[in-house]
This record gives sequence, C-alpha cells and structure tokens, in this order.
Amino acid sequence: MTVVRDQLSHLQSLEAESIDIIREVAASFQRPVMMYSIGKDSSVMLHLARKAFHPGPIPFPMLHVDTTWKFREMIAFRDRTAKELGLDLIVHSNPDGVAQGMSPFVHGSRVYTDVMKTQALKQALSAGRFDCAIGGARRDEEKSRAKERIFSFRDRNHRWDPKTQRPELWNLWNTRIGPGESVRSFPLSNWTELDVWTYIHLEKIDVVPLYLAAKRPVVERDGVLIMVDDDRIPLEAGETPEMKSVRFRTLGCYPLSGAVESEAATLAEVITEMLVARSSERQGRVIDHDGDGSMEDKKKEGYF
Amino acid sequence: MDPRFDANTETIDEYLLRHERKQLLRFLTCGSVDDGKSTLIGRLLHDTKAIYEDQLAAVEGASKKYGTQAGQADLALLVDGLRSEREQGITIDVAYRYFSTEHRKFIVADTPGHEQYTRNMATGASTCDLAVLLVDARHGVSVQTRRHCVITSLLGIPKIIVAINKMDIVDWDQSVYDRIKADFEAFSEKLPSREQVFVPMSALHGDYVAEGSEKAPWYDGPCLLELLETMDIGSNEQDTPFRLPVNHVIRPDLDFRGFGGRIESGIVRPGDRVTVLPAGTESTVSRISTFDGDLEIAGAPRSVAIVLDDEIDASRGDMIVALKDQPTVADRVTADLVWMHEDPLQPGREFILRHGTRVTPCRVRRIAHRLDIDTLETVPCDGLGLNEIGRVELETDVPLVFDPYERVRGTGSLILIDRIGNWTMAAGMIRGKSSDLRWTAAPLSGADRHGDEGLVTLEEREKRFGQKPATILLTGLAGSGKTRIALMLERALFDLGRVAIRFDGTTMRQGLNRDLGFSAEDRSENLRRAMETAKLVNDEGIICVAAFVAPRSTTREKAADLVGPDRFLVVHCNAPLEHCRSLDPTGLYADAEARSLEGIPGISFDYETPENPDLSLPSHQIDPEESVNRILALMNERGFLR
Repeated sequence: MTVVRDQLSHLQSLEAESIDIIREVAASFQRPVMMYSIGKDSSVMLHLARKAFHPGPIPFPMLHVDTTWKFREMIAFRDRTAKELGLDLIVHSNPDGVAQGMSPFVHGSRVYTDVMKTQALKQALSAGRFDCAIGGARRDEEKSRAKERIFSFRDRNHRWDPKTQRPELWNLWNTRIGPGESVRSFPLSNWTELDVWTYIHLEKIDVVPLYLAAKRPVVERDGVLIMVDDDRIPLEAGETPEMKSVRFRTLGCYPLSGAVESEAATLAEVITEMLVARSSERQGRVIDHDGDGSMEDKKKEGYF
Repeated sequence: MDPRFDANTETIDEYLLRHERKQLLRFLTCGSVDDGKSTLIGRLLHDTKAIYEDQLAAVEGASKKYGTQAGQADLALLVDGLRSEREQGITIDVAYRYFSTEHRKFIVADTPGHEQYTRNMATGASTCDLAVLLVDARHGVSVQTRRHCVITSLLGIPKIIVAINKMDIVDWDQSVYDRIKADFEAFSEKLPSREQVFVPMSALHGDYVAEGSEKAPWYDGPCLLELLETMDIGSNEQDTPFRLPVNHVIRPDLDFRGFGGRIESGIVRPGDRVTVLPAGTESTVSRISTFDGDLEIAGAPRSVAIVLDDEIDASRGDMIVALKDQPTVADRVTADLVWMHEDPLQPGREFILRHGTRVTPCRVRRIAHRLDIDTLETVPCDGLGLNEIGRVELETDVPLVFDPYERVRGTGSLILIDRIGNWTMAAGMIRGKSSDLRWTAAPLSGADRHGDEGLVTLEEREKRFGQKPATILLTGLAGSGKTRIALMLERALFDLGRVAIRFDGTTMRQGLNRDLGFSAEDRSENLRRAMETAKLVNDEGIICVAAFVAPRSTTREKAADLVGPDRFLVVHCNAPLEHCRSLDPTGLYADAEARSLEGIPGISFDYETPENPDLSLPSHQIDPEESVNRILALMNERGFLR
C-alpha cells in the first residue's frame, strides 16, 4: 500500500504557521490592525494576509507610521500597493513632532526615534483603539527579539515587560486581555532573512525597488552610506553626493538607513550577494548601535 | 551567509530549490544551569556560520564586559539576549535561534536551567521534535537533569540526545562518561521508552559539537551536529486521522463559506466524509480552497479553507474530523498539568480553558495526585505549586473534542488561563475521559466525608443477619459460567437465611451505567461503579455477589482497595477460551467473528489470569452446584458465615 503524503517544505511550514496566526488575530480581537512599514517583511506579511482570507478581503486595516523621513520611493510604492489591492490604509505622523520639525540630523537618532516612531505608534494605536497590532518582526533579527512571543502582551501604556511575558505553548495562543491592554502579534517570528527573500522570489512578491541596486546619490558618514533622497539632508562643507550603485538590505528613514554598494539589480542577484555576505542586515541600521541592549530598552518603551 | 553556496557550480535558483526542500527540525536544549547550554548554541551557530561578523564583533565587545572566558569571545553571549540575563549569566526566558546545514534547517529553543523557570522549559518543549539534554560531566545526573528528562517525556518529545558536556574538565575520562550514562539510563528506564543517544562533548572547545575530535578515542559515535542532521524525524502527524479545528470562517459572500484552519492531524481530500464536532453533523468535503488554487490533497500542518457540500453550520472552536475515525467528545477529562504560576492550584477553581480553537470556562474538579519527579511516584496532594506536575480532572462548559495527547499533540493539549488576570496558568496534556481517574481520586475532605451517623450499627446488622458482609467477585471469560454460579450462590445464601444481593455487567448497564459503552475505559468505569455499589451494600451488612469479566489485574486490585481487601474475595472461573467459545451461551463469540467486533476480552485483548485468587474454580469441569459449595466453604472458613 502506498502511503499518501502532503509533504511540506520548510517554507510551506512557515507559511502555514503564519496564516494560522493571522487568522487567529482576526478571529479573537475586536479591532486588529496590521503594521505596514513598506519593507520586505511587510510585503511578505501582506501577501500572507491575502492568503489567509482568500477569497475574501483582508478584514482589518493597515497602519503606516510615517516619520515624514521615509524614502520617497517607499511612499510611492505604499500608495500604489494600497490602491491596487484596495487596502484600508491608515497613515499617521506624530503632529507634535511635525510641528517641532523633528529631524534625525538635528535631534539625534535616539530622540527622533522616540518621538516619530515610538510615540507616533502609541498615538495611532490609542486613537484607533486597536487591541492587536500585527508586526513583521522576526526572532533572528536581534537578540532581544529572539525572546519575543508570537502573541506579545502590552500593558495600558503599550509597554513590554520581558519578565511577565506569558508562557506560550503549542499553538494555543492566549489572546485574552483586559480593557485598554493590547497585544502585538508577530506572524513572521520563525522566519529568517533568507526565508523572507526566498519566499519573495518564489512567490513573485512586489517589493520597493530600493532593495535592488541602482545608481543613487550617496554621502558617506561614519562609514555608513546615506542616500541623499531630498534636500533636507544638511550637506557639510566640501561634501558632495556621489552617484554609486547601491541597494538597501533594510528600509526605514533614509537618514538612518545605510546603503551597501552592490551591482545586484535582480532578486536572484540580491540573494546571491546575501549568501556570501559577511555582516547582518541590521548593521546598516543606526538605531541598534545606540548602546548594548538598546533595542530591549526601546521595546520596553513601546517600540515595535 | 552560506558557505555551502558556490556561485561557480550552481545557479541561485538551483540553490534556493535545494534550500527550500530541506527538512525543518525543531529541537530544544535543556539541562541544569551552568551545564553550558548557551555556550553550546553559540558554538553551533558559530560553527555552522550562522553568525555574521558584526554580531561576532558585538560579542567580543560584550565579552570584555561580562565574559567569563578571560578576554576570549564568550559564545554564550551570542544567545543570552536580555540584559539581566547577560549580567547574571543565566538564561531566564526561551530564546529561539535559527541555523541550517546542508541537510536540514533548525529552529532551536534555548530554555532556562533554573528550577524556577521550569515553565519556560515546558514552553520550549511543546513545539519540539527532539531534545538535547546537557549534563555537566563534573556533576553528573542532577535533580534538574531528571526534571528536564521527565518534562520532555511528559510533553511527548520522541527523541532525546544526552550530551555529556565539559568532558575536557574531567580529562575525557571514559569512566566518568560511562557512569553518567548508566545513571541516566537507570532513571529514564522508568519513563515511556523513546530513542535516546549519548554523546561526550566540550561545547567550549567545540569537541564533538560540529565536528568529531581525537579527544575521546574510546567514543566512536557521531558528533552532535551529525546526530541532529541524521536522526529520523519522520513526522507522523499525517498518519493519524484528519482533524481540523475551525479557526476563522471565511464568508465573503453568500456563495462561499470556507472553514479556515490549520490541519492538526491527518490528510484530507475532496470527497472525504467528515463530521463537525461536537454537533455531530455529517458532510462531505467539496473543496480545499487556498489562494494558490484548490488542492487535491492537504495534510498537517497546512493552513487551508475547507468547503463542505452541505450548508452546515460550524464556527470557531468546532472541529472538522474524519467520519470513520472520530475523536472523543467529553466534558470531563483527565489531564496532566504543568503548573506555571506562583499562586498554587486549588481544587474547585475555575479557569478559561483553551483547547484547539475552543475557549471555554472550566473547573478543576479534583487533583488526583502530584508527580514526584525524583522518584517518579505519584503523591496525594491538596494543590499544585509553581512548576509542579500533577493529574487533574477537568470539567468544561462546552464539551471538548480531543484525542489523547500521546496520539495527537494538537488535539490533546490545552492551556488554563486565569479568569481575571488572563495569565497562562498551566499547560495540560489530555490523557482521556475522566472515568479512569475516579478509581484513585481522593475522597471528599473534611466535614463532607461523614454523612449523619445511622441509628443502626453494622454490628447489630451482622448479628441479625448472621454474617459478616463480603463482596465475592466472580471473574472469568465470557461464557465461563460466572452468571450461572452467581445466580445459584445467591439462591443458596437466601436458603441459608442470609442476606445477599447479586449484580453483573448487564444489570449495572440497565440503569446506573447506561451512559457507558464498551471501550476499555468505559468497562473500567462500569466495574468501578459496581464496586462503589458493593461497598455501600457491604457497609449495610449485606453480602454482595458480583459477576464481571474484570479482565485487568490492576482493575481488580483497585476494586479490592475500594471495597476493602479484608472483605473482598476473588473467585476465578478458569474455563479456557476454547471451552467458552464452543459453549458460547450468549452467542457473543459467533457475533464477534461475524461482525469482527472490537473489545472482546480474550480475543481483542488478553484476559489477565488472577495470580493469587481466593478461589479458583475449574468451571468447565465441575458443575455449578459444586462451585457454589466450594464458595460457601470458603466463606465459612474465612468467618463470613456464622
């Protein structure tokens, strides 16, 4: 007798787990929202959400916290994607920060991140009375992320306390919360960077072109290549932007995202480069290097 | 970064295809604090090139601040993520790590060693297929080693690698390794068997971790990584019957109703007959809908949307199951709990229970016992404290649709949630319907135990009836003559002026036990209730004649304990199976053959012959009158008849 099997590859296993988590959010929360950062992880998450509710629409809105310093190409991609897929997209910027003219160049990355990301996020979540925010964080990204739950509890002030995290057994999620409390849910927890890129490649998922190499104007600061995306970047005396073939491994605010020199203009070439890379994707992120344990502190304060 | 990719010899698509097809192995590392878990994982990540240079540089920086390796990069710092852990040098939470080799992709759950974090260890274990248990060669098998061994066993992890670490400190002394191995085997022997292998190791220096070594010439087995790459993890989750807990109903319009969920067990195909439980509605699968098109087959753990032929109602919490092999539906279940909260569990407490996608209020009816992890003995208890493991009976508002945990993890596991604080209080493994638990359940405590004292004493009754009460259990195969002997014994006692009542399986099932079927569990419960009745009757001075197959010696022992061993007589009607089958007074055996019935003692399963019965009757050789005479003689001899 032949035993019939439906053998799943490891990507199919990861996909199945993520879809289950996204459905769980839709079924157990009153007002869920999916964080949409326009990056590659968000693109994968959005794709998985479409799969989870097919042939129906995604039953929750997308939230983009706009720091006002995102790459212009990201904003264009966001608006195009929302239109094409008919997404219910919420865009929020911290009005206080905007009024103060908050800039990473002037105020430093720590203060800037707190005001334009962490505080803005809390404002948006409170305003929408969202009880669950789905995020694209992966456990392989950073050490304190490795201990993050898939359903991560936050108190009334959106704070994370690593010592009171709920045990998480099997796939029996504990989604219960009290009034004002909320949960952050991470369907991509068990994916690695390579898994994400492989999945994008195999599923032909659309991503922001900044991930692919092209000639772009950059300046070098403290060994990091910063792209001159608009004229808000204060050029120092004698500093002139150079056209270099660069791409980005992670995307965020352009003043805080380091580019890597590369000729990889296709996804296959990007993955090839990654397979021989010697440094992690977060290296280009200025925010992680503010001090040992800096991500843990930001998470406790409410950062994603 | 992947050193196994060579752009000169293959295209990226070829590589990705190869990478994508790798098997996924989830394993956990456990063991006592300081046994070197974090160092081991750091070593595995480092040696499989899963560490980027900037990450290694960060660790080198941190090593100067916190490191214990005198300036050398302390690989444990790669994995201890939270600052308080790095400062205290312990791992307080489960951390997940990822690496891959040519053959497999790995997810590692790095779990804490301190006793107060046993709950975190159970958390890590719940999703793993394999455990690596570290033992410090200097300290040998410790309380924590045993505890972790038991927890991985309770949580049903089918394979375990015992890594005897820090062998460098004991100069790679084979006798140390052999002694620890023997100690461990002596302990694990008492647990359900599973594949268990041993490897000597030095995580710090990398000997026998990712590569072999010359250090232990007496060891000719593979290194740890080779074991992880080659141990068979052939998943059996598709061998068990189809189970799909409904997670989310997808209903975009009136034409489409898909039951979205993750297949926990088995496979499904269009055309399969299914039942929706607990309602019991039957239907046929018409489509397996996904974003990528309909599937012809889907197996665990795939997430799908099932479309059924009929317009039937099912919602989140219900389970769609194979019609021909259904799970148990019950609102009282027996489960082993790992208690995870500082506030101890008290019997009678109410919780929110989550099982599959079902969320329902529940109550802990009683705590049967606590498991002593050192001796593996069960201990009576009033409650369960943090990190303790015990067996309980749960009662749920909505019936649970389950398989025993050892059969299907996904439909046999549950968690208990505090009703107010919403904290996850316990992890539970369902062992079955709760009837079996009742044999050993502690009696009610305190004032409830004694009813009002009667105005007639047992002594007065014994005097009037001229007898001391006893229960005579007539046990033997179906057709061995039990019922006939019981009838005649009752008559004989009556004629002698004694007071006796008689019952058997059939009489019990007419009323008191009509809710019971013929599964092993229900048979056991049938006898238990009969014996509770016998006990009540005996307490009133009356003799009880009970005719039951009672095929299990353990069940007979429990019955004796329940009624009271000094007034319990086991009488074995020892007619052999061939005799009973040829006689077949009720047509049972013929029926069994014709319809291939399950659950026939002596045929489907063994009748366990009583080792030391109070009386053995060759009921196929002597007539019933003679049997009755022998029983009466025994009763006289033991002083039950005056």
